[in-house]
Amino acid sequence: MKINHMTAVELGKAIKAGKVTAADAVNAFYDRIGLVEQDINSYVTVIDRETALRKAEEIQAKIENGTLTGPLAGVPVAIKDNMCTAGVRTTCSSKILYNFEPTYTATAVEKLERAGAVIIGKTNMDEFAMGSTTETSYFGETKNPWNPAHVPGGSSGGSCAAVAAEECAYALGSDTGGSIRQPSSFCGVTGIKPTYGTVSRYGLIAYGSSLDQIGPVAKDVTDAATILEIIAGYDPKDSTSVKRKDYDFTAALTEDVEGMKIGIPRDYFGEGLNPEVKEAVLQVANVLEEKGAVVEEFDLGLVEYAIPAYYVIASAEASSNLERFDGVKYGYRTETYNGLHDMYKKTRSEGFGAEVKRRIMLGSFVLSSGYYDAYYLRALRTKALIKQAFDAAFEKFDMILGPAAPTTAPKLGESLADPIQMYLGDIYTISVNLAGLPGMTVPCGIDSKGLPIGAQLIGNCFEEKKLIRAAYTFERTRTYQRPAMAEEGVD
Amino acid sequence: MAKQYETVIGLEVHVELATKTKIFCGCSTEFGGEPNTHTCPVCTGMPGSLPVLNKQVVEYAMAVGLATNCEITRYCKFDRKNYFYPDNPQNYQISQLYLPICKNGYVEIETPDGPKKIGIHEIHMEEDAGKLIHDDWEDCSLVDFNRSGVPLIEIVSEPDMRSADEVIAYLEKLRLLIQYLGASDCKLNEGSMRADVNLSVREAGSETFGTRTETKNLNSFKAIARAIANEQERQIDLLEAGEQVIQETRRWDDNKEYSYAMRSKEDAQDYRYFPEPDLVPISISEEWLEQVKAAQPEFRDAKRARYVAELGIPEYDADILTASKKMADIFEAVVALGKKPKEVSNWLMVETMRLLKDNNMEPEDISFSPEHLAALITLIEEHTINRTVAKEVFEQIFREDVDPVAYVEEKGLKMDSNADELQAVIARVLEENPQSVADYRAGKQKAIGFLVGQTMRATQGKANPGMVNQILIKMLNQ
Repeated sequence: MKINHMTAVELGKAIKAGKVTAADAVNAFYDRIGLVEQDINSYVTVIDRETALRKAEEIQAKIENGTLTGPLAGVPVAIKDNMCTAGVRTTCSSKILYNFEPTYTATAVEKLERAGAVIIGKTNMDEFAMGSTTETSYFGETKNPWNPAHVPGGSSGGSCAAVAAEECAYALGSDTGGSIRQPSSFCGVTGIKPTYGTVSRYGLIAYGSSLDQIGPVAKDVTDAATILEIIAGYDPKDSTSVKRKDYDFTAALTEDVEGMKIGIPRDYFGEGLNPEVKEAVLQVANVLEEKGAVVEEFDLGLVEYAIPAYYVIASAEASSNLERFDGVKYGYRTETYNGLHDMYKKTRSEGFGAEVKRRIMLGSFVLSSGYYDAYYLRALRTKALIKQAFDAAFEKFDMILGPAAPTTAPKLGESLADPIQMYLGDIYTISVNLAGLPGMTVPCGIDSKGLPIGAQLIGNCFEEKKLIRAAYTFERTRTYQRPAMAEEGVD
Repeated sequence: MAKQYETVIGLEVHVELATKTKIFCGCSTEFGGEPNTHTCPVCTGMPGSLPVLNKQVVEYAMAVGLATNCEITRYCKFDRKNYFYPDNPQNYQISQLYLPICKNGYVEIETPDGPKKIGIHEIHMEEDAGKLIHDDWEDCSLVDFNRSGVPLIEIVSEPDMRSADEVIAYLEKLRLLIQYLGASDCKLNEGSMRADVNLSVREAGSETFGTRTETKNLNSFKAIARAIANEQERQIDLLEAGEQVIQETRRWDDNKEYSYAMRSKEDAQDYRYFPEPDLVPISISEEWLEQVKAAQPEFRDAKRARYVAELGIPEYDADILTASKKMADIFEAVVALGKKPKEVSNWLMVETMRLLKDNNMEPEDISFSPEHLAALITLIEEHTINRTVAKEVFEQIFREDVDPVAYVEEKGLKMDSNADELQAVIARVLEENPQSVADYRAGKQKAIGFLVGQTMRATQGKANPGMVNQILIKMLNQ
């Protein structure tokens, strides 16, 4: 089997078995990057091959002497460019951080490195994770490997495209309102947004602090569970990190949904949902029912309030989180200026893109005196009500099944023209972040345009394992479908 | 008849807490390191870094709240205060607005009309900013983040003070309470205690408050008193001239004895406070609160009473010794080493106070160790040195914390008790001063004082004065 066609776990096994070396793996993916990166633009920064090869050799030695035994040792990975990597440029796909090299590494990335991952690059994203298409990147848009006229989704579009295009074995993404699940759906890959507090946010450049979570982007459920098991864990450096009882996500890789109660929210299948997507997602319900699950429709409620509440809360936090980018300490500073305030104004006007500015202004407005109660406090109350609606649902169901996005990937340029329409595209993913729940996207079909469709599984807090079990069971009924451009293999 | 005015004052007092590490990271809080050496990604606002609350900060804040009769907020939160300034690396300060840790307290001060309660509106926790240094040579500003993230509490009083004297009494009371708690050294000149004065004037008898101003940059009690006098006069002059006081922030220049407006309410910033999402709310359990209560120290009143009752110290001495926590600590430490309380008290009340005054220092600046004062007292008790020499040695202890035993040895200051040598010296002194000898023999007893002095001089002060007296009398009477 060609190296790039293997899943991350398969490649890890092959390396451990001595069939492939870590250096072979690195070379294979650099060859893939050489072949397709110019068409896809998954990466903001590709680490130079020599550095990656040196790292691979170190890891190879540790695998051979038995100090590295984990399932992903020696496997090349791509990291979304909003996670700090010491000495490797970390830009958030923004001009304002175009030259920023962190002095430290994010906890989740450090955990991967300790497990023997070879980082080969930093993936493209919507600027500061604000967007649903990866078109707001300062470093140019990423294209969908299934059809380069279409977007890969966002904001983790680079990570999802890189996995689909086989420019890496797996990747890390981050999800604030759907940024792992929606692009996973558009690119035909598997992604998990864990329960808030499961993966440390230390080193993740914040967008909406109370909503952000790092998660895996992979080719299949086994990879996703394996990656999550490595990156999850309590971190004393992140006060919002949780000490969980279970981190053994791979233990849920079993084909067993007998008696599992799955709720289908009618609110997620109404107007606005593309019929082909609807059909493909309902087909997942049918498959799981055949496997023994109990599927039932219900009304979740409050769905229409999720988007306004989300844009108020996320933008408010973002407006504050992004204040530190001011030209004083690092990153971009305007060329000519007259005094401090002019420097601030010009640096930020020139350094941030339109979508980021839009959200900074929105966030600043909703926090300003006189408007705080009407917008921010009301949004927080809405958030609490949404959580209650999910709590009620999880009293009846083990999980909720729905689409990850109303459509398959739109064409490049279609979305940014109408930001409200773009925001509405996040309707199925956003409430999961507001409620702090785990959500997961699994590929479930291809539409008539040849673009992938993803189904989303939503679980109660700390119940990723139920999602993994159901996703794994469903996945066993089909085979992995890769885009045509990834059919070509490299050794 | 001219109108009578009343001055209304409230204070915002910032106190740097004496934790070893910063409020949200593990960096040292030590003062005076090389610029940007006590820093990490958190306190320099690096992207992706996250704050983790130092529990000691909460305990100190609770302790100060308890000592000032506050209610402790059992479920409290941090909020972000957003404003752009280069000394603030994140461009927001983590502070508390909606649920501060302490509320509704008071401290009692002494006034000429008797005791008075000064209300405390709230106490909240927050982080300090870095320091900007302007480099005139390069014409640029540099930032030192060593102070960034040093923990502060802000104690906000009610507008209950009516004069500079009351303000000073309130500040001294707060300072002493906090020093006794060990929560801060409260040095105004080093900025570990900073007071902003909110002041307004109104016609005597009026029920409503006048428009207030806030005066900043007050680095000593004297500056505070001067600034208050200046500001009340300025406001009265405005009102007398039929003008209005503008609500604004003013900066005091103590050299020029003048304040100037920094910003008015119109251009006051909107801080866009909102709950800090990177920190979880603090729940203070009954158990935790009880632990902090149990650890409250003996405050001044109790200490003073104990010194009088148990250690036999005069009330006057006890009052001075307890006026500073540092002084009381040294006193107790030396007494604990077995020295007589009154003797220890004398060294502190007389020599120490004198040296502090001469050197323009506060008791908190004392750096000598109690062991060295105790050893000095032992040297006197054992007649190894006389009191005159002891005072000299004490100056060295005060200045450089020298070990008195080694110092006396090294400098050869031991009392000279060798009778033969002394006899020879005295013989020479008598020979050189025939007039005094004659005076003494003629019945002028006082002349012996001069001869003792001459002998001490000849021995460079090392002679045992008792022995000098004894030998002199013997030889004069021969």
